[in-house]
Amino acid sequence: MSDLKKLSTKIRLEVCKMLKHRGFGHLGGSLSIIETLSVLYGDVMKINPQNPNWEERDWFILSKGHAGPALYATLAVKGYFPLEMLNTLNNNDTRIPSHPDRLKTPGVDVTTGSLGQGISLAVGIAKSFQISQKPNRVYTIVGDGECNEGQVWEAFQFAAHHKLSNLIIFIDENHKQLDGPTKDIINSFDMKEKVEAFGFAVKRISGNDELAIKNAVLEMFEVKDKACCIILDTIKGQGIKYYEMLSDNHHIRFSGESEFQLDLAIEKLKEELEREGR
Amino acid sequence: MMMFSLAEKQQPKELREVYQETLMEIMKNNINVVVCDADLVNASGTKKLFETYPDRCINMGISEANMIGASCGMSLTGKIPFVHTFAPFATRRAFDQLYLSGCYQQSNIRIFGSDPGFWALHNGGTHTSVEDLALTRVVPKLTVLAPADAVQFKWILYNTVDKYGMYYFRCPRKSVPDIYSDSSVFEIGKGNVIQEGSDIAIFTIGEMISEGMKAGEILKSHGISATVVDMFTVKPLDEELVKTISRGKKVIVTAENHSKIGGLGSAIAEVLAENPIGAPLIRVAIQDHFGEVGTPDYLKNKFGLDSDTIVKGVLKALNIAV
Repeated sequence: MSDLKKLSTKIRLEVCKMLKHRGFGHLGGSLSIIETLSVLYGDVMKINPQNPNWEERDWFILSKGHAGPALYATLAVKGYFPLEMLNTLNNNDTRIPSHPDRLKTPGVDVTTGSLGQGISLAVGIAKSFQISQKPNRVYTIVGDGECNEGQVWEAFQFAAHHKLSNLIIFIDENHKQLDGPTKDIINSFDMKEKVEAFGFAVKRISGNDELAIKNAVLEMFEVKDKACCIILDTIKGQGIKYYEMLSDNHHIRFSGESEFQLDLAIEKLKEELEREGR
Repeated sequence: MMMFSLAEKQQPKELREVYQETLMEIMKNNINVVVCDADLVNASGTKKLFETYPDRCINMGISEANMIGASCGMSLTGKIPFVHTFAPFATRRAFDQLYLSGCYQQSNIRIFGSDPGFWALHNGGTHTSVEDLALTRVVPKLTVLAPADAVQFKWILYNTVDKYGMYYFRCPRKSVPDIYSDSSVFEIGKGNVIQEGSDIAIFTIGEMISEGMKAGEILKSHGISATVVDMFTVKPLDEELVKTISRGKKVIVTAENHSKIGGLGSAIAEVLAENPIGAPLIRVAIQDHFGEVGTPDYLKNKFGLDSDTIVKGVLKALNIAV
């Protein structure tokens, strides 16, 4: 198991544990971005968990804010705050609310949750670094369901027009949104063609493959005069067969079979890590 | 410290010119200041800024939601954006962005919503915002300002640069009568008593101050002495001043180029409801309806936003026959 794969397993385990502790949460969309977060925080991003506001850091904006648990698990595993804090998800007075809040959580750069707004914040941050000719990079993950929002396309136009090559936009194409498959709700058609038509450098890759994600990011580093987009072909509930197959897996309230399967997944992920000697 | 005096002569300047000239100086002295517009550069008079500082002036195109969001993003990395579009698009259209990307996460931008209320003139009802104060007033951590004239507008632009926070200010692009002398100094959150009188109080904002002052003069001929107050900070409201000024007055009037619902009149009604003084409150404002095309005089007359409406309201409340 590669280091990044191991990191993904750790993050996935923490997501499952925290949602098990809470009893409910946005599991599907959290699981589909784990490998990407693993590559970003485990490899390509310039970060300093001991000093989250380090001026030279790269920025991350989780535009699909409902996947907050995935970000929290990543930050905790990377040492931004103690792992035990994950058990406070959505508690009264918590520092980790369901949707990321930069004023509450160490390591959260931007407050998101109202879909479509994170991507605008991200393009603004990237534009700011471009103006100041600073080397900081900006990464954001947008959901495919989120792309229903008109604001997303306003921001895409802006990113392309301003050739924000210091920004990498990931679209988590997990093919589902709250009410069901995106093709039945609002068909996104060929996302790659659409984003390409906007003037982006685009790559579509398998979103559960850390190496493919890393290589795509490195490839985008070579792009100098275009905004960059990586479309992640993912599965909602990624990495846990039962939840991948579960049709209504956006927000799960665990009981009966779904809780049993979560316990099973936690055990399996723990075993995987044990085998690797953690 | 607040220290103002009234203008001795009238040399009104277009407020868009004030915006452009002031930002030119501000941008020269502060490399973090950026200027954003939503395809209204030619309307807001900022063309010279865009020519002088092309790297720090951004035409966002006709996408107000993205403009507010991206500006907030820029502010998180140390930029100080001044953002302009027409008042309805700055508030109604981009309200959730103003609320969440802006105030909820404590960003740092200044939003100039131009041509509020009847100032939409020939752009008409679609471009008329009679509700921007109602919308902005309800947002936590947002400072809401309605400058009275060029001097105050310039002062606001200068004095919000280094004060981290979210600001919304609304005024026309065209000129309005001069109220204050050039050397006047204000304080955000404090109202300005323009003239003192013992019988009634008129609280106003923006260009309606002139109508309030005119009404004060007319009322004098009826033996009524009026206090006129400029409440240019609509939020946070100077509640203490409202209470102090209102105490002992026979009638309280509010006058604003905004809907009767949710603006300055509502804000003062809230204070007086919690601190009853027993005097009637007359809210001179646009009634609960939409805007339309027209000249300023026509629209002011139609909406009843003039000194005559104030005077008639006061006389009626005091049972004085006209």
